[in-house]
Amino acid sequence: MIGSTLCGNVTELPSGDTSMPCGNIVEIRWHGRGGQGAKTAALLLADVAFSIGKHVQGFPEYGPERMGAPITAYNRISDTDIRVHSNIYEPDFVAVVDDTLLHSVDVTGGLKKDGAILINTEKSKEEILPLLKGYEGEVHIMNAREVCMKTLGRYFPNTPMLAAMVKISKVMDQDVFLKEMEASLQHKFAKKPEVLEGNMQALRLAFDAVA
Amino acid sequence: MAIKERLSGNEAVAYAMKQINPDVMPAFPITPSTELPQFVSSYIANGEMDTEFIPVESEHSAMSAAIGAESAGARTMTATSSAGLALMWEMLYVAASNRLPIALAVVNRALSGPLNINCEHSDSMGARDSGWIQLYAEDNQEAYDNFIQAYRIAEHKDVRLPIMICQDGFIISHGVANIELLEEEAVRNFVGEYNPEHYLLKADEPMAVGPYAVSCYGMEAKRAQAQGMINAKQVILDVAAEYEKVSGRRYGFFEEYCMEDADYAIVAIGSVCGTMKEAIDRLRAKGIKAGLLKVRVFRPFPGAEIAKALKNCKSIAVMDRSESFSAVGGPLGAEVPAALFQAKNTAEVIKIVYGLNGRDFTIEDAEKLYKDLADIAENGNQSEEEYRYIGLRE
Repeated sequence: MIGSTLCGNVTELPSGDTSMPCGNIVEIRWHGRGGQGAKTAALLLADVAFSIGKHVQGFPEYGPERMGAPITAYNRISDTDIRVHSNIYEPDFVAVVDDTLLHSVDVTGGLKKDGAILINTEKSKEEILPLLKGYEGEVHIMNAREVCMKTLGRYFPNTPMLAAMVKISKVMDQDVFLKEMEASLQHKFAKKPEVLEGNMQALRLAFDAVA
Repeated sequence: MAIKERLSGNEAVAYAMKQINPDVMPAFPITPSTELPQFVSSYIANGEMDTEFIPVESEHSAMSAAIGAESAGARTMTATSSAGLALMWEMLYVAASNRLPIALAVVNRALSGPLNINCEHSDSMGARDSGWIQLYAEDNQEAYDNFIQAYRIAEHKDVRLPIMICQDGFIISHGVANIELLEEEAVRNFVGEYNPEHYLLKADEPMAVGPYAVSCYGMEAKRAQAQGMINAKQVILDVAAEYEKVSGRRYGFFEEYCMEDADYAIVAIGSVCGTMKEAIDRLRAKGIKAGLLKVRVFRPFPGAEIAKALKNCKSIAVMDRSESFSAVGGPLGAEVPAALFQAKNTAEVIKIVYGLNGRDFTIEDAEKLYKDLADIAENGNQSEEEYRYIGLRE
């Protein structure tokens, strides 16, 4: 039958990639509220990882379609073809865009111990830790509001959160990330070049603002 | 040269539409449709394609306008999803019976109720008897490739039927992933110009479209329409063979993954098949002979070919992402066992309903199902249930 693929001979698959079981995939889960840009952050991370030659997935999980409702978005980043199409239950990294979610969503659920969680908050790490259900891995916090106000003058938490996640997950070199983001933002804001520098500053400042 | 990109399924099919640049696209551009008509209307507004976009007031009107445009002799497309497809229902049959090769991009999502926007196949599966050809995709790449092949199949003189190009809602339609696109020139050379033989605006050949047929003619019209669907089988294979030459990607009625020596096979449609392949690789590493038959073409249904591909399997699970409320399982669960019966294949078959209203299906779910199939092959099907659910909380 035309269209068959031979077992162990998956080089015949589309794009000529050698598919491997998902041993080398980095999996990231984003928690946010509708309107905060968690989905956009996941899609931007997929974009920028793609631009350095990675295989990527970036996808949202929609609940009720309204502002403020908890939403989840996901990334898979790999050197080889990604075929799995389920949600991510045992992520390597978790990003929480809104710390009020810590009370209502099990953000550390399934998070690997040798992974890390990144939380956008104005609180201290000591105040946040008791809300993480005894998670034993690395905990990072960042005040994305402060980063945004210093650089953009408006609160778009996904921009600094994206940079912080790149730093923590090490899915790519930070300088390469900045270079790729600059090219991407230049394209995106071709008609509003004045916002480019603020966004770039937000990304750079976020690298230092992660604790 | 292939173009390496990362696109959502919606973006991928919109890009295929741009590259093909059909004459007319009537569409209802807001929910329940997806972003797809929005992307196309942006291309048109930016001057990247010159398709006539008709923003209509409902999906019933979208399909009606598509029927009008295609009857007039214009290459026509539209896109919808879920309740939008349901509202097209009456006109789907009109399009098919008038032999109008319209291409419809379907994003498979649940029908109400409960109110839900997530992936299910119940929308297009409900339309399986409407006379449309139906192609399904595992990922954004296949959705793109299928759409580029659509008009060559639908417009073929032996077929002349409308075609649905389906992709899984949200999982594929809103998920960004890597993809390889063809150059625009390669797409336009492959698809070619549309030169219909008969059409309303042909001044020297006055004709009527959709007239009344009395009983002494109507049955013959239906029989002729059915022949188009029968003929579509060969055309689908021929178009796929030609597409392989320009894309390097191979398509048929279905894909067989690890099927040559499979003892336990799963038959499924759509994005779940990628998850199955991961499970199969894990199981094969342990020596378990698991295989997958991924159905790409559901209409026309390649029953004999499916039965042949499954002939050496000891146990088979047939998966449906829709609940037919038939009390005996879903549509694929009805048609695959019927094909096996016709081929006198007496393997153990179980029918599964999964993934309703966007319920997730994991690699672990797939591994468990293959283990159940191994047990059934050994001990027979001990369950008295007509069909079973995976992922249901009971």
